[in-house]
Amino acid sequence: MSVDATTVKRIGRLARIRIEEHEVAGYQSEINSILGFIEQLGEVDVTGVEPMTSVSPMVLRRRDDVVSDGGYPEQIVANAPLAEDNFFMVPKVVE
Amino acid sequence: MLTDLTKLSLAAARKGLTDKSFSASELTGAYLGAIEAANPALNAYVAVTGEQALAMAKDSDARLAKGQAGPLEGIPLGIKDLFGTKGVHTQAASHILDGFKPEYESTVTANLWRDGAVMLGKLNMDEFAMGSSNETSYYGPVVSPFKAEGSNANLVPGGSSGGSAAAVAAWLCAGATATDTGGSIRQPAALTGTVGIKPTYGRCSRWGVVAFASSLDQAGPIARTVEDAALLMTSMSGFDPKDSTSVDMAVPDFAAAVERGVKGLTIGVPREYRMDGMPGEIEKLWTQGLEWLKAEGAVIKDISLPHTKYALPAYYIVAPAEASSNLARYDGVKFGLRVSGKDITDMYELTRAAGFGREVKRRIMIGTYVLSAGYFDAYYVKAQKVRTLIKKDFEDAFHAGVDAILTPATPSAAFGIGDETLAADPVAMYLQDVFTVTVNMAGLPGIAVPAGKDGKGLPLGLQLIGKPFDEETLFAAARVIEKSADMDFSPKRWW
Repeated sequence: MSVDATTVKRIGRLARIRIEEHEVAGYQSEINSILGFIEQLGEVDVTGVEPMTSVSPMVLRRRDDVVSDGGYPEQIVANAPLAEDNFFMVPKVVE
Repeated sequence: MLTDLTKLSLAAARKGLTDKSFSASELTGAYLGAIEAANPALNAYVAVTGEQALAMAKDSDARLAKGQAGPLEGIPLGIKDLFGTKGVHTQAASHILDGFKPEYESTVTANLWRDGAVMLGKLNMDEFAMGSSNETSYYGPVVSPFKAEGSNANLVPGGSSGGSAAAVAAWLCAGATATDTGGSIRQPAALTGTVGIKPTYGRCSRWGVVAFASSLDQAGPIARTVEDAALLMTSMSGFDPKDSTSVDMAVPDFAAAVERGVKGLTIGVPREYRMDGMPGEIEKLWTQGLEWLKAEGAVIKDISLPHTKYALPAYYIVAPAEASSNLARYDGVKFGLRVSGKDITDMYELTRAAGFGREVKRRIMIGTYVLSAGYFDAYYVKAQKVRTLIKKDFEDAFHAGVDAILTPATPSAAFGIGDETLAADPVAMYLQDVFTVTVNMAGLPGIAVPAGKDGKGLPLGLQLIGKPFDEETLFAAARVIEKSADMDFSPKRWW
């Protein structure tokens, strides 16, 4: 399988990474080289094989469904590029 | 006199501190001096925390005086920039985490400080641990302390833990933390004549470590000797309820296993690791390693791991897929860099375009593609099925009586910075991890130990792969190789 220029731009939009027009060809050839490499998996017969969900046979631990953390909003927003009154600030989303 | 303290192994430094031959403050001072002299040339550290280091050393001296020393009391360590360190530079060597100083401490580093270790600073790495040469860092490449005989060209230390490996080899810390998703501890260790172990998945907590591919990421140490690596591994390991994949089992005293020997152990030799075009010196090193283990009483057994060749292509589906999901959090809102745009989507796109480097963007895009509607089963589910088969290969070998597996660690010695062949083809660089990546896919422990040198005097390593949670056998077998090789793997100082 290989990707065309339109698909490269679509992937960029899905990944929320701006791809400039002059970058498309470069990404296209790199992505196609990797997809070409991946293609050899087609040789493997996986009939009846379960996909791996965990490398060690373990049941995911669950904790009690209670509040166990929190109460420090100033620490949560301490690294934000823009914050006010312990809220993250973003450009207007709804008119 | 003081600079000589940096040449001590971690174990010897520990002894010197408890014997009061020197103080933790003197030891830390010696390392800070060495960093100041070397870092402009090697670029191994991206942040040096001198004041904090001296304060921690002073506390260590007080505890040493009172006879309350922890297992790593006063030992100066370098920390890979991937580990969250409270109030200290933590950027995964990426521009997108510009200025990020976490409000928390990762569990692994907290364990080290609990045991008395001292933090010297944060170590350079490939951006978000994506790379095999430490050339994708926002802070520029790390320069290896090694040079090929008769050449002045700068070489790579490997990656992604290139800063960790270079700093340990060049005596800029007594040991370092590192992480390994496809080979990022073992490959740089092999290229710099150091010892690096990736423990079993679940042995070290991933909490507070910047995530790359969560089902593959594991922390581990890089050190100058097998014993030093074992001492660090014991402190770094342990159950952590904050990581749902952390395994609740006792941590052995790994250092106690180092001199156990290999008598009666069965060492597997997988025929699929004998790759086409493998350099003669790698082949020779491998044979030599087997002879050393045999001479110490191990039984050598040919084995087959038939799905080996599919590990790397499957990895380049699983790892980018998980990365594209993990790295979605970098959006210019919660931390790090923000580039303003005309609306919020524009801001996301511009921030991520400016903040991520080329290799990271490429992997996010691959991951986004293989997870996108219509392709999920063909790529991701298929790769996870192949992963089941890779793991079964190892299980079959272990069930047939194999205790550990010996392989080369890398397909070659260190290469030059800016290598044109590797830069032109992403897949050529990915092949650096061909011997190490199977271990991550199966969640097994693997150790790289220096075993010889190539024709130009550059270090070469061997890899031992173990059963789940049997790191002790790896330390014992690696020690036999270290002892049998009996070579000086330190670089000739040029910086």
